[in-house]
Amino acid sequence: MAAKRAERLVNLVIALLSTRQYVTAARIRSTVPGYEADDGSERADEAFKRMFERDKAELREMGVPLETGRTSVFDTEDGYRIARADYELPEIRLTGEEAAAVGLALRLWESAQLAGAAHSALVKLKAAGIDVDSSRAIPLQPRLDAGEPAFEPCYAAARDRRQLEFDYQRPDEDAPTRRHVQPWGVVAWHGRWYLVGLDLDRQAPRQYRLSRVVGTPKVTGRPGAFQPPEDVDLAAVVAGQVGGEEHLVVVHARPGTAIGLRRHATPLGGSEDGEDRLELRTTEPGRLADELAAYGADVVVEAPAAVRDAVITRLTRLAAMGEPA
Amino acid sequence: MTTTGTPDRMTRLLAVVPYLTARPEGVRLAEAARDFGVSEKQLRSDLELLWMCGLPGHGPGDLIDLSFEGDRVRVTFTAGMVRPLRLTTDEAVALVVALRTLLELPGLAEREAVSRALAKVSAAAGHAGDHVTPVAVSVDAREEALAVVKDGLERKRALHLHYYVPTRDERTERTVDPMRLLLVDGKWYLEAWCRRAEGVRLFRLDRVDDVVVLDEPAAPPPQAHERDVENGVYQPPPDSPAVRLRLSRSARWVADYYPVDEVAPVEDPPGGLAVTVRTTDLAWARQLVASLGGDALVDEPADLAAEVAADARAALRRYGVDVQSASSPAG
Repeated sequence: MAAKRAERLVNLVIALLSTRQYVTAARIRSTVPGYEADDGSERADEAFKRMFERDKAELREMGVPLETGRTSVFDTEDGYRIARADYELPEIRLTGEEAAAVGLALRLWESAQLAGAAHSALVKLKAAGIDVDSSRAIPLQPRLDAGEPAFEPCYAAARDRRQLEFDYQRPDEDAPTRRHVQPWGVVAWHGRWYLVGLDLDRQAPRQYRLSRVVGTPKVTGRPGAFQPPEDVDLAAVVAGQVGGEEHLVVVHARPGTAIGLRRHATPLGGSEDGEDRLELRTTEPGRLADELAAYGADVVVEAPAAVRDAVITRLTRLAAMGEPA
Repeated sequence: MTTTGTPDRMTRLLAVVPYLTARPEGVRLAEAARDFGVSEKQLRSDLELLWMCGLPGHGPGDLIDLSFEGDRVRVTFTAGMVRPLRLTTDEAVALVVALRTLLELPGLAEREAVSRALAKVSAAAGHAGDHVTPVAVSVDAREEALAVVKDGLERKRALHLHYYVPTRDERTERTVDPMRLLLVDGKWYLEAWCRRAEGVRLFRLDRVDDVVVLDEPAAPPPQAHERDVENGVYQPPPDSPAVRLRLSRSARWVADYYPVDEVAPVEDPPGGLAVTVRTTDLAWARQLVASLGGDALVDEPADLAAEVAADARAALRRYGVDVQSASSPAG
């Protein structure tokens, strides 16, 4: 059955590509092999209609631009055709190096949805005459989009511009809350996936960690229900929440210690007490204070006072942990 | 997304004749099968099916015609199937976003080539690609290390590198036989046989310094097996010691970031969460607790809290803060 259906669909595409006129369903039935013949019975008509509806839906889902219309005003019913210019992949030529980049890029996907799409895109590029040399491949195991059950529903909703509804568990809240969102897109930021969109309850752009989405997000309403802002930069939305003003922090480190800090520090020479002065830059002083506190007595903050006080606060709380309750 | 094999097969069936059209000199069947990612048998059955298809009328001159010469196949009549179908939105997204990601990973492919490929692919994708792309990727990449490691893997040479071990705050020097590159949760790792440790190790590239390709060949021994990273790179053995923590509300994110089990809400601290982390490396646990600045209380192991507190008191003395608590120091 699958082979017969595939054969019928290929014949249908060839037939509709070969004509400029709109072809009626009746004509398709009599010229494209594989459809239930017209024997005058209602049963055969019904069978044909169902089959043809399914075939049209399948072709449209694959992206075949099936047009409906009438060739002349005298036509009494709609017909079908495929405009060659809309069907065909435009001319594309890639050098060997460019093709290698495409081959490598497509291996970055792992989710069923995007890995499958990457595979069929590659098939089409090869069919356009591009040779993608896979012998230059290096052993590589990417997991760009793996392990997030909410990825596919969120991606599909953003693609189709359908409203989403889901329960979201913030770590600092006791119970998940229901969110209603116009999804603009999903973005990977430093290894974590986020959904970015307009939170309809708060009427403001928000980002949601996909791993904090509880259960499967549900789409509501019609496709194309909203328009994301022009030129929205998803990564910048997430970065904007994380990033901020850069702070300069100067610390003293005992010689030979704080190797990790030194990897990202600018050495400022020695201090009076024989230690190394290091300059650090951060957009998140709170997180740097966490890190500095963990270095214990090896690192002391010189400036600014706010970071120095933040570290002392942390150390004071840590010191209290050793006390018997 | 789809449950039947039909859509995949349809994409291929509509692509085979254009594929052959673009290669008028003919293609070896085995090579074509590899290009489509299917077996030779499957491709043969596709060709047999296509042979039955053609223009309405289906007379002898209307059907797709193929000619076989030895193991090569050529198309002699296309029935109008000369170009592949346009890219779908999913295909355009998969291509465009992956190429943009490669641009952020400059060590992996020649930047100019990626950028030219991106421009050409975007143009060919047409309106399927001109939506605000619903996926974006931003990854951490240390350009230098990635390019050198890739070079070593391509030329199958051993590497010499310095590796920073955060839990011991130590810079180590190693010679390794590279096996593969992994991108896991946005971070790059080199999987390699470490000659010093005599075992397979994962090296996070942002902790690799001064990596160079050696003249000697990479020779991972037969016992060097690739690790399964399906459940993340950090997989402590199941019998590892348990570290039991009570996280305050503001530290509950820890349960999101690290593999934890036996998660349960607690009253003390208010709104807190009890979690168990398994690790063979207590230095790591000590560092985690210290970096939480008092937002994690330690229930187990018993000495962990005392050690962290002693470290903190020593640090406070350097700030000139006198730890004049009523209680005596632990120990």
